[in-house]
Amino acid sequence: MTKRITAAFLALLMLFLLSGCHGKQSGSAFTVPDHFDGKTPLEIVFWAKNDTNKNQVAVYQQAIDGFQALYPNVTVNMRLYTDYGRIYNDVITNISTNTTPNVCISYPDHIATYLTGSNTVAALDDLMKDARFGLGGSEVRFDAPKAEEIVPEFLQECRIGERTYAMPYMRSTEALYINEDLVKKLGYEVPDIPTWDFVWEVSEKAMEQDEDGMFKVNGQKVLIPFIYKSTDNMMISMLKQLDAPYSTEAGEILIFNDTTKGLLEEIYVHGKSRAFSTFAISSYPGNFLNAGQCIFAIDSTAGATWMGSDAPLQDIHKEQVTRFNTRVTPIPQFHPDRLKMISQGPSVCVFSKENDQEVLASWLFVQYLLTNGIQLGYAETEGYLPVTTKAQNSAEYQDYLARKGEDNKEHYRVKIEASELLMKHTADTFVTPVFNGSASLRSAAGQLIENTVKGARRKQEMNDAFIDKLYDEVRSLYRLDQISGTKQTREIPTSSKAVLGLIAGVWVLIGIFKLREAGKNKTKQGK
Amino acid sequence: MKKILALVLALALVVCAIPALAEEVAVMTKEEFSKAAVDDPVCVEAYVQGNQAWWEKDGIGQMTLYLQNEEDGYFAYNVQMTKEESEKLVPGTKIRISGFKAEWSGEIEIVDAKYEILEADPFIAEAEDVTALLGKDELADHMNEKVAFKGLKVAASKVDGKDDEFPFLYAWDGSGSRDANSDLYFNVELNGEVFTFTVESYLCGNDSDVYKAVEGLKIGDTIDCEGFLYWYNGPNPHITGATVTAAAE
Repeated sequence: MTKRITAAFLALLMLFLLSGCHGKQSGSAFTVPDHFDGKTPLEIVFWAKNDTNKNQVAVYQQAIDGFQALYPNVTVNMRLYTDYGRIYNDVITNISTNTTPNVCISYPDHIATYLTGSNTVAALDDLMKDARFGLGGSEVRFDAPKAEEIVPEFLQECRIGERTYAMPYMRSTEALYINEDLVKKLGYEVPDIPTWDFVWEVSEKAMEQDEDGMFKVNGQKVLIPFIYKSTDNMMISMLKQLDAPYSTEAGEILIFNDTTKGLLEEIYVHGKSRAFSTFAISSYPGNFLNAGQCIFAIDSTAGATWMGSDAPLQDIHKEQVTRFNTRVTPIPQFHPDRLKMISQGPSVCVFSKENDQEVLASWLFVQYLLTNGIQLGYAETEGYLPVTTKAQNSAEYQDYLARKGEDNKEHYRVKIEASELLMKHTADTFVTPVFNGSASLRSAAGQLIENTVKGARRKQEMNDAFIDKLYDEVRSLYRLDQISGTKQTREIPTSSKAVLGLIAGVWVLIGIFKLREAGKNKTKQGK
Repeated sequence: MKKILALVLALALVVCAIPALAEEVAVMTKEEFSKAAVDDPVCVEAYVQGNQAWWEKDGIGQMTLYLQNEEDGYFAYNVQMTKEESEKLVPGTKIRISGFKAEWSGEIEIVDAKYEILEADPFIAEAEDVTALLGKDELADHMNEKVAFKGLKVAASKVDGKDDEFPFLYAWDGSGSRDANSDLYFNVELNGEVFTFTVESYLCGNDSDVYKAVEGLKIGDTIDCEGFLYWYNGPNPHITGATVTAAAE
């Protein structure tokens, strides 16, 4: 009898433990209420991210005001962030105290980590297709987009496993912003789709200095021909373009491979010559570009208002800004015939709450963020692209695009060209697999480049030992061995092999010595 | 045989120790640090004067330190440490810090640094009055030091596209807020020239006296300030204290 009770107890315990492993991912789905309670006061907390841009803040406020006018019993309290990392940290902290916001701007990488909590993110699938409150549903009090009006590539990015845990809010990619005047001065023409070889070659050519140490091409003492803002994206994009391993969908880490090594060896060469640097090492690419101290600047299309001589936002003194023609192209490619560029930008998730009405109100607010007024308002603050075809195809947006270059504020040419770049190449975008730990892997990808460039600048030699040590340090720093799904056979670094060999050799010698001693003693005793 | 063994073991020890020894850099004077090129290894002994908030990225704890000794000031960016370790670095604590010299938008920093706490009497630097150097190249000689500016007039800040004038802005373009603990930006005028000062919220957040003091400023107030002489494409002091000496009329 006792055995049976114990077995039953153990079975129950196992069930409990297993259900806790995946939190809400495998837990009960949210049930859409049969009505929306329009009388009881509801308060929803919205954590928003802006690019330190007052126009974006104004659009968020416009969304809140518009939504509250339609749903007067709902109050939306916004907390503003300017950094995704800080939002992520705060959400993680608040998961443990069950005080997450209701609605939060997030990246799918981050949501995958939130989902390991016990009361986390609401799956939106049932909400999306609900006839009354779903996308464009009959009881939604505004003109919301239907599911088929959300750009499918962007919606797909919000799926984790078999469920949708977010709605895309804005999308951007990376662009290569080029000082075309300096490229021509060096004797080159800018191709429509530059290759990595082209960018490296021009960058090295630009490093020629006169006898006074001035760079010949710009006549200044400072020149970093090529600066990449996000080295995470740089490594990820290079690997993707080469069809090289990065990770599996299940979270197996594959980045530490020979293709990565080859890329780092190339980057090392240009880091050493100082033809290439990064944001983390040198500062914002746009500042150098606008000062005529950079030829190729890679930054987000959502940073386009900072790029170029006529950029409406400038971070350097007016007298430092030089005049040049800014070209906006896709990031460099290994195979221009099969373009690959990253898709990025904020998504928005809804956190699970005990009060279903609160969740429903949160979902309705998320839908409101997808309406044309908000989508266009926010997208036009930067080189973002609206995430719905409803907004993209609207007469208002088409008019906005057609007025490209009409002024250097709202219709700043570089900004609109950046948006057009993503619009034209949406089918060429990609995202990396999302799993608990994928955010760390992203950072690790960038760290490989940062450490390689620093190593080159600090006169460290590039060889197998350098790569072994780098791989080891980055694996350990980001605890990549602890990520679920990781199956790695780690090779011991060459230097460690040498020391281990030496120690083994010493032990062998000690053994021989001991045997000889024992042999001598025996002989002595025999005598 | 014993001698051979001892020799091999000693050799093994030397081989293991060489990389560590190669990375050791002697403690530098102000002049030696100043002469070191960007990306060179550097090492100084200095006292903690302030810190930005400890934070974690991808589970890695880090904190930025404002350091100074009797000779010079230093800015150690994102030094890796645990929360517990960060709590030991109270102002006045002496540390030996080794890393690499870096320059980011004109700011001279120590990056990728490691530190150890040293036994010593606490030292808090006196803020040096550098008002006379505002607008001059010589101000850069005091980069990262604790400095004071006296008799400055609060000038108007504007938000792009609007005519309204403000004594300070939440975030550089007015997009921030007190609740978001945004940095404060305010302009000061001296001899007809205008300079932008910042209350860096990770150094002095919205609950600090200086944050509240700057929120209380009015255009035309005459103020004395002190802070750390940070650099961002030019002088951009991180203000830690502000006092109104003459209110605007």
